[in-house]
Amino acid sequence: MTDTFEMIELVKGLHFSCSREQSLLKAMELAGKRCIPVGCRGGGCGLCKVQVVSGEFSCGPMSKKHVDEQSRRRGQVLACRVYPLTDLTFEYRPAAELASTQQQV
Amino acid sequence: MKKGVMRPGHVQLRVLDIDAAVRHYADLMGLIEMDRDDRGRVYLKAWTEVDKFSVVLSPDDEPGMDFMGFKVVDDATLTQLGKDLQAWGCAVEDIPAEELKGCGRRLRFQAPSGHFFELYADKEYTGKWGVSNVNPEAWPRDLGGMRAVRFDHCLLYGDELAATYDLFVNVLGFHLAEQVLDDNGDRIAQFLTVSMKAHDIAFIKHPEKGKFHHASFYLDSWEQVLRAADLISMTDTSIDIGPTRHGLTHGQTIYFFDPSGNRNEVFCGGDYYYPDHKPVTWMAKDLGKAIFYHDRQLNERFLSVLT
Repeated sequence: MTDTFEMIELVKGLHFSCSREQSLLKAMELAGKRCIPVGCRGGGCGLCKVQVVSGEFSCGPMSKKHVDEQSRRRGQVLACRVYPLTDLTFEYRPAAELASTQQQV
Repeated sequence: MKKGVMRPGHVQLRVLDIDAAVRHYADLMGLIEMDRDDRGRVYLKAWTEVDKFSVVLSPDDEPGMDFMGFKVVDDATLTQLGKDLQAWGCAVEDIPAEELKGCGRRLRFQAPSGHFFELYADKEYTGKWGVSNVNPEAWPRDLGGMRAVRFDHCLLYGDELAATYDLFVNVLGFHLAEQVLDDNGDRIAQFLTVSMKAHDIAFIKHPEKGKFHHASFYLDSWEQVLRAADLISMTDTSIDIGPTRHGLTHGQTIYFFDPSGNRNEVFCGGDYYYPDHKPVTWMAKDLGKAIFYHDRQLNERFLSVLT
């Protein structure tokens, strides 16, 4: 059984590989792909929230402000805290609340 | 005008994983663990600080700042400031002595920006760590990591900057050292000081109340900032930006994140302030240069990544 899995972001159609020790976000950064915005990388800011569409994964600790139990069950999780157990497909779509934040100042 | 608030004293930060947080603040940043309590909180300080602690890490399921505390000159001043805060319109909560171990009674209030602050007069005096009070050596030889010198200030994001200014300046005796004005002349950032430092607390306008941008720690030199950057790479710590220089305050800086996503800064240098100084003004249209003097443009994270 391989320790490296294929990650597919469905909105932009980008592919990259990720090991089970790597977070989804870190693997994206190392592959030089840009489909998820990079924030704190610590499960705190919520910027990298994605929708996992298929596949299995484990999660590190995440702020409950951004991911509650229900979101987690639906696969709406922070990419910096997602560790794949199988190949994954996922989507990133910018949150409306984020767009309004960026218009500030 | 002096109201008896002396300096920043402590910040309590919420963290998702206390062990990872202690490794970050102690092993990487060089703070010293001073105590723990039955709520699982860990107390730390930087080596030059004379009181028992300046950073409290509190296990929680949402990161961010619980409160920032300022030390006042004595207990009578604390009582008077409590009355002044209430007269201004702030609800003031009495926190009994020893709720934080080694700290006297605290008065807690919420600023219009949404953040909680505390005033206190007494904290256990442990002296500088690792050096004697008599004929002290230059520095302790067994410091770890970045060897942070002191907890210096916080930058907080929230709304109602004008009311927050009124509270800090007219009730607590802070001065406006630096500001950012938009095209209408409205203040969108205010850097406030109660000392000779360019800021002891800073606020940036943001639609959501009570957000935490960073807690900052002082280093001795630009070389130490570069060394901190090396350590951030060696430990694969999440970096935000730097090393670079700020336009605001002109400090030399690097930003990075703790394992729960709370932003930290270590910096050196920067401008000084006396009460006869007029505020330094940056214009919002030049905000990129005001924040990051070399790049002259903001990174996406500076405005949107908060806890």
